Amino acid sequence: MLRIINGEVYDPLNGVNGEVRDVCAADGKIVSEAPDGKVIDAQGMVVMPGGIEFHAHVAGGKVNAGRKMRPEDHREMAIPRTPLTRSGVGHTVPSTFATGYHFAQLGYTTVMEAAGPPLGARHVHEELNDIPILDKGFFVLMGNNYFVLKFIAEGDFARLKDYVAWLLEATGGYAIKIVNPAGVDTWKWGRNVNSLDDPADTFPVTPRQIVVNLARVQQELGLPHTIHVHCNNLGVPGNAQITLQTMQAVGDLPIHVTHAQFNGYGGTGWGDFHSGAPELAAYVNEHKNVTVDMGQVVFGPVTTMTADGPWQYRLYQLSGHKWVNCDVEMETSAGIVPYRFSKRNAVNAVQWAVGLELALLIEDPWRVFLTTDHPNGGPFHAYPDIIKLLLDRDHRAEVLEGVHRGAQKRSSLKDLHREYSLFEIAIITRAGPARALGLRQKGHLGPGADADIAIYSKAADPKEMFARPRYVIKAGEIVAQDGRIVQDKPGRTFYVAPGYDRQIESAIRDDFEKYYTVSFENYPVQFDHYLPHRVAVSCVRE
Amino acid sequence: MTTLRLKTWPAVPLEAEAITPDRFVGKTSAEIEALPVHHGNQEAALGDFFAVSGDGTPDIAIEGDLARVKLIGAGMTQGQITVHGDAGMHLGAAMSGGRIGVHGNAGDWAGAEMRGGQIYIRGNAGHGLGGAYRGSPQGMNRGLIVVAGSAGNEVGSAMRRGVIVVGGNTGDFTGAFMIAGSILVFGNLGERAGAGMKRGSIITYQTPKLLPTFRYACTYRPVFLRLLLRELRSLGQEIAEEWFERRYRRYCGDLTAFGKGEILAWEGP
Ligand SMILES: [Zn+2]
Repeated sequence: MLRIINGEVYDPLNGVNGEVRDVCAADGKIVSEAPDGKVIDAQGMVVMPGGIEFHAHVAGGKVNAGRKMRPEDHREMAIPRTPLTRSGVGHTVPSTFATGYHFAQLGYTTVMEAAGPPLGARHVHEELNDIPILDKGFFVLMGNNYFVLKFIAEGDFARLKDYVAWLLEATGGYAIKIVNPAGVDTWKWGRNVNSLDDPADTFPVTPRQIVVNLARVQQELGLPHTIHVHCNNLGVPGNAQITLQTMQAVGDLPIHVTHAQFNGYGGTGWGDFHSGAPELAAYVNEHKNVTVDMGQVVFGPVTTMTADGPWQYRLYQLSGHKWVNCDVEMETSAGIVPYRFSKRNAVNAVQWAVGLELALLIEDPWRVFLTTDHPNGGPFHAYPDIIKLLLDRDHRAEVLEGVHRGAQKRSSLKDLHREYSLFEIAIITRAGPARALGLRQKGHLGPGADADIAIYSKAADPKEMFARPRYVIKAGEIVAQDGRIVQDKPGRTFYVAPGYDRQIESAIRDDFEKYYTVSFENYPVQFDHYLPHRVAVSCVRE
Repeated sequence: MTTLRLKTWPAVPLEAEAITPDRFVGKTSAEIEALPVHHGNQEAALGDFFAVSGDGTPDIAIEGDLARVKLIGAGMTQGQITVHGDAGMHLGAAMSGGRIGVHGNAGDWAGAEMRGGQIYIRGNAGHGLGGAYRGSPQGMNRGLIVVAGSAGNEVGSAMRRGVIVVGGNTGDFTGAFMIAGSILVFGNLGERAGAGMKRGSIITYQTPKLLPTFRYACTYRPVFLRLLLRELRSLGQEIAEEWFERRYRRYCGDLTAFGKGEILAWEGP
């Protein structure tokens, strides 16, 4: 049992805004009273639910390829082995153990892997299992999947729905991820799509059809998280238009537009490149069915990695850096390009501004989440820097002065004077992501919630405060103290099992045996082996 | 002058990035002896292996066989180190200023990714001299390395600026992926010199074996080379008079990359 007394508590889901009150835990859960056990005096400290990483690339074949192609990244941030913890390395693509420790040291207790190819599900789970301390889950790439396109082309919505349900169960996945719908399929023939109505190559299905159909599937299956969309034309000047059209296409259906920064640009080329954040924010403000995450750029080295093969190839051509492109048969692709965001580069400066603009212009903090699309926009360990930029407008103005003038001329950032409160920071890093993910036991400190708690000293410098929590508690036990890991234990994996008509298996078996290099029986992951600490999150059909 | 004398020969390599003028300045000999080193995977103190005399001046002399002592002068920004014997791997790696002299041989990666300063090696150097570590976009970027003897593979790989002079031969892939800078080799160039080079100059005084992606351009007397040779002579390097007088054949490459690099081959007496 554990009792945290005298702390200033920020628990937005329960409407607690900085009140001094006790937080108690027993048997891994928050309880209303804990008469005995350890007491933490949090006098002068801030108590929040454990942080929830909403969208990061931390596990699977793509992440590992990023590690392999960047030995130079692994000379950074080496952490030595201790009697308790494993060693690890890596600045932008840390090794699995280091990933878990670094997140926990920041007060984060849950992480969602943002893009796993179904065929790579075993690899994803193996690495998730090697990420200590944190609870996790992964989003399953579906936007260019052969069977998804096929059933949409055939207009067979019932089968599409069953297939999605089957695939989520076969992979032990958590949500529907859509990356450059139709574009990645078309890339297998060396081309891309440019509008919502360009058809894919394998089947004549458009991005619009894919997004709308999967959004309906999500609703009908009652999946806890909405469709999670990486829009077409990512990284391209003027792409805010297609992002708006994608949001419009689903109408009132819920949609999450991820790393919106990378999809929030105006202009017709690099010459007149400017921020498209105001337009996107205006739409989000008017439409409660839409959530976004920032995808904030952090100046310095990054490793871009997405399932968007054509974009990664284009970035390689723009940057001339080393690159990897790979094809995942029948399902998706991936690409990786190391990159460096530079303060002195006009385009990079605007990209940096766009993420902050989104966070500041979207009025409802429950619908915009703090991410860097790690490791695409920046490494997650830069979160304290970003939090400081949101909390302190003078600091933000100072930083803005030090970056390329483009950020002032081609974005509205210099005119934005909003400052986040600690309550709002708790929303965009914990409560909001928990709600959007449908993880009811996460992101709050009410009785019954998982006892995942971060306790920060109220330092004058918020960066210092958030970089080194005094205590991090996972499932009721202290796992980190003053930046030191004090307990190393495995976390759990969330998955969904919405249920499906078994007929779907015979419907896909023929094509499966014909085209896949894996036999049908060997495709689903064995839960006992790959999800040893699993938690099914229930689906609520409307 | 601070003098280090090796008293215990390390059974496994000693990682001694503590041996730099930057870390020594202002310290007493006792404080210097207490500086941390890694012996294999064990933490140790510099004094466990070296007898230190003299207070912390930016001028360091080291005596003994240091072939197993790694990272001497790595990252140094000032001062001088003289090694009276062999030096281990990563000598002067990532240094940005000061001067290192080695009277014997140096191990692999001497001057790797250095950003300034000078390294003089009287014996031979190993692989990766002035080169880029695995994965790095850039090797040496500013500075001067002079090796009297020969050097191993990948001399000046992905080098960005600066000058490397090798009195003897070099191994394979000399100047591979060079971005800019100059490499002079007075002995033989190994196989595949300049592979993937974008810009920069590799100067050789023997007939080079060229990759098919290098193309003959012209035969001439490069002005910059006369200036460079004069400078090297003023630094004490032996430069034959006929290297000034005779012409050089210029080959452009690597045409699989940017193609603005060159191999300059001395025409001969
Ligand atoms: Zn992502």
